[in-house]
Amino acid sequence: MRGVLWTWAAVSAATCAMAQAQPDFARDVQPLLARKCVMCHNEKMAQNGLRFDDGDAALAGSYSGPVIVAGKAADSKLIARVSSTKKGFMMPPAGAPLAAAEIATLTAWIDAGAPWPRTAKATSAARPKTTHWAFQPITRPEPPDTRNRTWGRNPIDRFVLARLEAENIVPSPEASKTTLIRRATLDLTGLPPTPAEVKDFLSDSRPDAYERIVDRLLQSPHYGEQRARQWLDLARYADSDGYEKDVVRPYAWRWRNYVIDSFNKDQPFDQFTIEQLAGDLLPNAGQEQLVATGFHRNSLTNREGGVDRAENRFDQMSNRTATTGTVWLGLTVGCAQCHDHKYDPIKQKDYYALYAFFNRAEEIDIDAPLPGEMGTWMRARPAYLERRAHLLKVYDVERLQDEWEQRMLAAANNLGQDLEWDFERSAVLTMFDRFEAILRTPKEKRDPKDHERMTYWFINHPGPTKGREVIALESIRTDCRRRLNALDAEHPKLTQSLAMMELPQPPETHIAVKGDYREPGVKVEPDAPGFLPPLSAGAPRNRLTLARWLVAKENPLTARVAVNRLWQDVFGRGLVRTSEDFGTQGDKPSHPELLDWLASQFRDDGWSVKRTMRLILTSATYRQTSTVRKELQDIDPENALLARSPRVRLAAESVRDAALEASGLLNPAIGGPSVHPPQPAGVAELGYADSIKWTNDEGAARYRRGLYIHFQRTTPYPMLMNFDTPDSNVACARRRRSNSPLQALNLLNDPAFFEASQAFALRLARESKPDERLDYAFSLALSRKPTARERERMQKFLDQQATELSAHPDQARQLLPLAPAEAAWVSAARVLLNLDEFITRE
Amino acid sequence: MAMNETAFRAIQNRRRFLREVGGGLGMLGLGHLMGREGRAATGPLAPKKPHFPAKAKNVIFMFMEGAPSQMDLFDPKPELQKISGQTLPESLTSQLRLAFIKKDAKVLASPRVFRKYGQSGIEFSDYIPNIASCADDLCLVRSMYTEAFNHHPGQLLLFTGSIQIGRPTLGAWSLYGLGSESENLPGFVVLTSGVGTSGGASNFSSGFLPSHYQGTLLRNAGDPILYLSNPGGVTPGAQRSTLDAVRDLNQEHLGDTGDMEIASRIQNYELAYRMQTAAPELADLSKEPAHIREMYGVDDPVTKQFGTNCLLARRMVERGVRFVMMMDASWDQHTNLNKGLKRNCDRTEKPAAALIKDLKQRGLLDSTLVVWGGEFGRTPMVEIRNTSDPDNAGRDHHPLAYSMFLAGGGIKPGTVVGKTDDIGFNIVEDKVHVHDLQATIMHCLGFDHLKLTYRHMGRDFRLTDTAGEVVKKMLA
Repeated sequence: MRGVLWTWAAVSAATCAMAQAQPDFARDVQPLLARKCVMCHNEKMAQNGLRFDDGDAALAGSYSGPVIVAGKAADSKLIARVSSTKKGFMMPPAGAPLAAAEIATLTAWIDAGAPWPRTAKATSAARPKTTHWAFQPITRPEPPDTRNRTWGRNPIDRFVLARLEAENIVPSPEASKTTLIRRATLDLTGLPPTPAEVKDFLSDSRPDAYERIVDRLLQSPHYGEQRARQWLDLARYADSDGYEKDVVRPYAWRWRNYVIDSFNKDQPFDQFTIEQLAGDLLPNAGQEQLVATGFHRNSLTNREGGVDRAENRFDQMSNRTATTGTVWLGLTVGCAQCHDHKYDPIKQKDYYALYAFFNRAEEIDIDAPLPGEMGTWMRARPAYLERRAHLLKVYDVERLQDEWEQRMLAAANNLGQDLEWDFERSAVLTMFDRFEAILRTPKEKRDPKDHERMTYWFINHPGPTKGREVIALESIRTDCRRRLNALDAEHPKLTQSLAMMELPQPPETHIAVKGDYREPGVKVEPDAPGFLPPLSAGAPRNRLTLARWLVAKENPLTARVAVNRLWQDVFGRGLVRTSEDFGTQGDKPSHPELLDWLASQFRDDGWSVKRTMRLILTSATYRQTSTVRKELQDIDPENALLARSPRVRLAAESVRDAALEASGLLNPAIGGPSVHPPQPAGVAELGYADSIKWTNDEGAARYRRGLYIHFQRTTPYPMLMNFDTPDSNVACARRRRSNSPLQALNLLNDPAFFEASQAFALRLARESKPDERLDYAFSLALSRKPTARERERMQKFLDQQATELSAHPDQARQLLPLAPAEAAWVSAARVLLNLDEFITRE
Repeated sequence: MAMNETAFRAIQNRRRFLREVGGGLGMLGLGHLMGREGRAATGPLAPKKPHFPAKAKNVIFMFMEGAPSQMDLFDPKPELQKISGQTLPESLTSQLRLAFIKKDAKVLASPRVFRKYGQSGIEFSDYIPNIASCADDLCLVRSMYTEAFNHHPGQLLLFTGSIQIGRPTLGAWSLYGLGSESENLPGFVVLTSGVGTSGGASNFSSGFLPSHYQGTLLRNAGDPILYLSNPGGVTPGAQRSTLDAVRDLNQEHLGDTGDMEIASRIQNYELAYRMQTAAPELADLSKEPAHIREMYGVDDPVTKQFGTNCLLARRMVERGVRFVMMMDASWDQHTNLNKGLKRNCDRTEKPAAALIKDLKQRGLLDSTLVVWGGEFGRTPMVEIRNTSDPDNAGRDHHPLAYSMFLAGGGIKPGTVVGKTDDIGFNIVEDKVHVHDLQATIMHCLGFDHLKLTYRHMGRDFRLTDTAGEVVKKMLA
């Protein structure tokens, strides 16, 4: 009966189609498509990659695949969509739907083979053209002539001055020497200069005394820390996974070490790029090249119970794609995840072509020992293995683990049969990414480390007791676990690193239709965006090729984007203000020729960040005073023309570092694991189910630089957040600089800053004579002497505090265990460390 | 290189001007320069007018983290009794995304007893009699839905309009749109109870908005606001003297540099100082009369924590705090539903009802929008993690249909919006997406959600992402 009905329906449809005269494409179909479809599906705006203004394109289909199956209207999505009345599915999505006759026309046309006569048309195979400035090749403009020929010190100044002269503005005078050394030291190291450094500079009358300061600072190991801080923002670096569980990443810092070292040895930016995106693919890749790939391990990981692992992977790949777009291309590539970019020529297909490079890679944790670790580890290894084997034998671990693995495998193969094992499996799976892959590898073929990991997971998650050897399992849970963990704890550690590796059999990449990973569309190959220069022909389509393409001479974006950020980090504002967006919605450069000159200089002079920084810092433009010029307030409120140097509040980390340095508390150690300076109770408790633990470090670790503070994504260190450290979920190319009452409370009352005030006072007592103390205090905090008015005001304050404290010796003792007159200096230090000038680069 | 003389003189004039106004006349002069002392007359937190006259000036969001079970509290489903223990048809569950259980999990009927309350006759369960007694003031939405089925993404979608992390939250958008009315407290305050939430600080982050708009945590222990109290040995007098010295030196430097950022910093130090008095005053509940303390249950160990937060919320609204967000965790009853849900209700439902009644009796409910709810709902099917203990039954995450309630500013009282099918699985009437809820909240605050935007990464972002419609049926 059913068959009969079906036949009847088919016959009936066929009859209907035949009843109508064969539609003529030009007369019936094309006008219909033009009226109803082409508005959104054309060459300029091809929604979901689909076009109805071109036969080949229309028949090729959309990102979701073909929409017209020639000869089979019933199988054609086009007919299904125009016939539907379901909101969100029907086409066209708005306006009058197609009339029944119109649908019949399309149906008949498709059933007749969807003939689309070829007409002469422009070949669309050529790469799309764009006139947007940032996508044009980088030029090498001649520095322009200026009327004033004495002001400039290097080519930068000619570009800046020419622009100022065009506006009839004169530059500001050169800043004082004390301002200059403080400014350069803060900009290059993130720390204020010491009084001795200031004194030396003031007494150095050589004509190149300032250049010598810049050169010294570029050699400081703190230079690498300061540059790294900005790179960490871009890399969305954090010490935890993010999302609900926000599990700590105990070795994330290993990649941070690589970044600091790279900047300190002035590793060329092209090599720096290649190593971080594709270090694992370099021929003869060494340990540091593998560590470098940790750049993309900074993306978030969602380990929430019940999470869809495919979705988590998709989110990670998307994060990596968007981050790469921001960091190297200065483009909002992420906008094309769900649809073609609304403003820039980035097609959704381009997005997934970039995504495809990262989709070929997998996460891997590697040993990345620091110097000295390996020997200790190797010496301890045999004894450790022996004791471990003994323990495993005592508790019969091998047999019990085999059984556990079989149960886990059974659960994986028969989901839903045993709820408790299902639950156990998914608990392990969320925390241990490669669990299932290892589980399915026979024991004898496993990497020994992988097998060790399996044992670790068995011992810590031995599974439900029901139907198993209760006593044996109980001893696994208690004695065995305790003894093994103790053994592991005393075994010397090899530092690990989070890295990437190319998959031997990479998965295909499909466009995710509307950005939904559950709806795979057409397949895409790894490729560069169509509007940019092509990848080098014949090169394998992998991350190494992508990285080399990013730093190729022809790439119009990378050098501009990178050099603009260096400029931004010094001037508080990029030549392109929107340093994260060089697309059509971003700002145009304030000095386009200067940007190109700097970009070409950077690229052609070996991608040296240090030489570029030196060029900028030794310019006359940089050396101007930062005094606000009222007459320019209306013409140039943001100081884009650079008629003065900017005043810029220090970054969060530097606010802390400056207080530690001025007070003499700073622990200047470079690199290493993240630290936990004291944090008020209640902060970590904001994290999921009170699972985030924060144990205050004691001793010298409390006084490390802000760069090293453990960054827990869901409960970040409050002082950092008060001063605008980014949340480290996506790449941040440009920090905000807010000014808030919470910052005031933080500097006034945070025990860490109060401790700095106390130490500051002790340092004054230790290092200066009473009559020089105020001068010394100013030089420690502000690198300069007080003015007469400041001296008068501070003296008044000190006298008042000393009187007050002498009357209340108890309070004085709480401030400082010295005489009340000395304790008054704690109050004075608090004043200095709270000044706007103290936390500002002037 | 000599400086152009005119330019140089202009700078000197500027300096003199600032020194005279700033230094010479002291704070009075500076106050005039910056607008009224205290409240930011200019600046990012200055009070701003919304797009159209608003019904609500303030919002109190009671976020019940983890997903309270709607069919055990708000949405009675007697039909579940009939099919209890059965598996749902595949046609129903084929598109369902579940976190832990399988699609063939058995139906679990609710043991709760529902009855009608108030003139409006809205049904509520026996676990929440006090909330139920507010029936005629509530708008109960039984047709909420979302896409996310894991907690953190769900919370992000509810508060930021996007599953992608890093967008501004509801409270931050409110402050960005309306500014702060408070002279000495933060404009967006967060209160917590129970344990930490999945979203943590991302639930009250300012995202890509400037950080002035982020929520400030009012802490349960120690200083109510982080770093609020003076360090040991610093008396209030010494603190004031310190601030005076800081102010004078900053003013001096303002005169030298002409940078108005310094004026802003001086203003923020004064605001911080006032916070030092205002926040402890806010947190001091000792002057609240006995009947109010009883009403909120601040002296009962069971209700103390949430009751204190509710009472603080009212006091903040009285003091002009724009957005109060309470986060209570956790309502994630995968197991031990009957016990766990009861415990949560006992801790929170009396204070929540007290807050609504107290706002009403003070005439504040009309201008305060109160919202109660979680990030998604729970399944009509059972989740069992321990087959040997039937009491351990719970429910999994269910994004397709759940309940929330609202009251006050601009909301229609005594109403039910939306309807679910007989087993509470799908919505059959008036679907309200979390984006629609956001659009409606924005509407109550006087904003067209399409127009309250912020430019970031080359495009205008808004709370409701690319969706959201105001739910007219929820409006008074």
